[in-house]
Amino acid sequence: MSEAASRGHVVINTEECKGCSLCIEACPPKVLYLSEKFNTHGYHTLAYKGEGCTGCGVCFYACPEPGAITVFKRWDLITDIRMCPRCGVKHKVFSKSTNPNELICTNCFKLIEEGK
Amino acid sequence: MPKQFLKGNEAVVKGAILAGCKAYYGYPITPASEIAHAAALYFPRAGGTFIQAESEIAAINMVYGASSAGLRAMTASSGPGISLKQEGVSYCAGSELPCVIVDIMRGGPGLGSIAPEQSDYNQVVKGGGHGNYKNIVLAPNSVQEMCDLGILAFDLADKYRNPVFVLTDGFIGQMMEPVEFPEPIAQEKIPEKSWVVKGTIETSDNVITSIELDPDDLERHVNKLQKKYSIIEEQEVRVEEYHTDDAEIVLIGYGIVSRIIHSVIDELREEGVKAGMLRPITLFPFPKKKIAELTERVKFFLTLEMSNGQMVDDVRLVVEGKKPVYFYNRMGGNVPSMKEVHDKVMKIMRLS
Amino acid sequence: MNKVLRKSDVFYDVYERRPGADKLTTTYCPGCGHGILHKLIAEALEDFGVQDRTIFISPVGCSVFAYYYFHTGNVQVAHGRAPAVGTGLKRANPNSIVISYQGDGDLAAIGGLEIINAANRGEGLTVFFVNNAIYGMTGGQMAPTTLIGQITMTTPLGRSVENEGYPIHMSEIIATLEAPVYVERVMLGDTKSIMHTRKAVRKALKIQIEKNGFSFIEVLSACPSGWKMTPIQGEKWVTDTMTKYFPLGVIKDISDTFEGRDFSRKNVEPSELHEILDIKETRIDAEKIAPFIMKSVAEEIKIAGFGGQGVLSLGTVLSEMGMRHNYEVSWLPSYGPEMRGGTANCSVKISSKKIGSPVVANPTILIAMNRPSLDKFETDVVSGGLIVYDSSLIDRAPTRTDVTVIPIPATKMADELGNTKIANMIIVGALIKHLGIMSQEIVLDSLGDVLKRKKLVPLNQKAILKGAEFIKNIK
Repeated sequence: MSEAASRGHVVINTEECKGCSLCIEACPPKVLYLSEKFNTHGYHTLAYKGEGCTGCGVCFYACPEPGAITVFKRWDLITDIRMCPRCGVKHKVFSKSTNPNELICTNCFKLIEEGK
Repeated sequence: MPKQFLKGNEAVVKGAILAGCKAYYGYPITPASEIAHAAALYFPRAGGTFIQAESEIAAINMVYGASSAGLRAMTASSGPGISLKQEGVSYCAGSELPCVIVDIMRGGPGLGSIAPEQSDYNQVVKGGGHGNYKNIVLAPNSVQEMCDLGILAFDLADKYRNPVFVLTDGFIGQMMEPVEFPEPIAQEKIPEKSWVVKGTIETSDNVITSIELDPDDLERHVNKLQKKYSIIEEQEVRVEEYHTDDAEIVLIGYGIVSRIIHSVIDELREEGVKAGMLRPITLFPFPKKKIAELTERVKFFLTLEMSNGQMVDDVRLVVEGKKPVYFYNRMGGNVPSMKEVHDKVMKIMRLS
Repeated sequence: MNKVLRKSDVFYDVYERRPGADKLTTTYCPGCGHGILHKLIAEALEDFGVQDRTIFISPVGCSVFAYYYFHTGNVQVAHGRAPAVGTGLKRANPNSIVISYQGDGDLAAIGGLEIINAANRGEGLTVFFVNNAIYGMTGGQMAPTTLIGQITMTTPLGRSVENEGYPIHMSEIIATLEAPVYVERVMLGDTKSIMHTRKAVRKALKIQIEKNGFSFIEVLSACPSGWKMTPIQGEKWVTDTMTKYFPLGVIKDISDTFEGRDFSRKNVEPSELHEILDIKETRIDAEKIAPFIMKSVAEEIKIAGFGGQGVLSLGTVLSEMGMRHNYEVSWLPSYGPEMRGGTANCSVKISSKKIGSPVVANPTILIAMNRPSLDKFETDVVSGGLIVYDSSLIDRAPTRTDVTVIPIPATKMADELGNTKIANMIIVGALIKHLGIMSQEIVLDSLGDVLKRKKLVPLNQKAILKGAEFIKNIK
């Protein structure tokens, strides 16, 4: 993974994606693409190349579906499953771009917001 | 005695405020304008809101909003304005919003005249707007009843979550009579409404809507409304009877017409004619049982209206041809005179 | 900033109100601008902490089901009426944050009157006007904002100026009004424009939250299905073509100087209402009225004259005085335009029995204040009845011989007292004296309760006395 790849991460909820591609057009680093796979509604859905997300959030605001895209700014997904130091559960885990040792799991998404 | 000499149009406003109504939205029209005048004067002073709306349609939709927000709310107009309000009334019925609409009937169709008629019966009692709904309709015939039935209208509207019309004519709206006003309703007597949308956390899961695109869902909703209407028919019929006990002929009329009938009955009784009066105070629910009961023991009915025979249809549906139902009317703003009514009765009696 | 950009808490997690199996996605087509705007509004409501106070008004159109998504108070309304409903909601609970979300047919066509007047009143609403130049939900018909030449289902050859006129500029119209605080046209096109829209949405909501001001945000938005374009083509069309007709930018902004509006209602206890409503006890002095009360009074009085002669108030004074003597009374005017100039008449009944009909067809007493009134009603008077007429204005005597006739030069007498407008009270005084069914003392004493203009009470009392004196002298 390059240094730039660690600046953010985009998680796609494919069941909520309608494949409109507005996010792909808008994405500045061009790290999104339309998957060959269909979701249950019959849409080709969005996919993330796996690296290169800058966490800019442009795709989030371009997307008309409230829950299709989640963007983690300054966090990156560690591909294997590890113990989350926060809740103690083994899960998909993110590491902070400025401090790769600081980990948090997908279940703790909402808690890493400012002030919480 | 706490009597006040007032116009019907003013009495209904004072009654509404005593009933806890806090929102009046309306558009001026003769012969209902004094309602707006009194509302403009008293609502703001009494902790309510008055807005002269940009249109009748806007007025009923402001009522829709105020009622959604939990307030007792009202509007008023006359025939041409009621025609415009029908859209909003249908939405109120569909969304089950309580509200009170006062209709001071005038001559029609079109601009017609400003003189009294009873030609809004069909558009008010039969629903008027689109969809399978009913309004509760109260028909006062005095200034006192403009107050009393106006108050009852708010109670019934809340009880059944339904639009309630106070339907009367230009004469009852314009005339002055002494009125005795009741004590104001205590705030705690107004039922709590858990379904409203007030901009509070408790009400943030609520939705006011009339749209159900799924046929089964809509059918379920409309059936629920019909069930409500049958309960109303069961429980809320109100009539005034005058000398019906031994009557051979029963005159049926509401509003100003019933006042004329009342006087004619007195004359007829003095002459030994066994005449009585049935006055529907509720037009929906219509006093079907009472008329069916009278059908068993009277010889004739005479329905009197200031319309082309809108209520007489309902009388005939109940009587089912078992007894003759005669009809006498005046239109265009004319009111049947006592002599005309008297003569009509005598003509019918002679035929027998 | 370690922020996660995620579905706002202002949206329901699962759209339980949505019928059918899919309760996770919106009902909007791929690439529809509604969803983007919904997200910007939800994010702002969450950030400002006003979710619980918010009432979202769902219009008619594709966003009719906005209440599936927004976890706020929701009210769905008739086509075009959102600003009127919003007025009712906001005035009822001034602390609520009311959002009127409307499409172009809703706001600019069928609801044109409602939006203009709500804006003009400066209602504390935030209006989001989604302009996509077409009717989406009903199947792609022309909107008032459809561009010239644009093909729709109802402009199959393209919108023409000759037949349909020009696209309507609602923001510019709203901005000409004085009350709106902030009016801006934005678009959902490229990233920059979306982020700018985000700013406008937040500003508009802030103006309501902080100052109860009216804001109007017109959002140029794509309808790829209606336009028969791909979502990306749609955004390009918004950016390149729509903006030519609908220039972007702030059209009005007085948010710096706007001081705010207070929609709160007066707090009134029910116990105060009788006083507020001027409901007072009517004084009835049983002892004083006793000598005047007669058991068989049944007067039916017709009073007629020119508008402005005080014909109607002559009737109300007689009725009010009757009420103060425990008689049954009613008063019925001829109402409407004839009151404002022309002729006026009213019917008064004073009776010892319950009054049935308030209509007077055959008066026992006719009070004619001018010649046309005498001509019109003379024949109606019952045999043995009474005709009182103003002999200073009427140049003929009644021809009836079976009635009592009292000519009174009321206007002349009133003029001598200094005001012709009190001719009606001269008649009142005369009639009361003649009939003997009411106490003159009580009439004089309670005149102050009956007349609206208290300053004129002494003059009116004088007139009543003068009328009574006239009767005394001719008897």
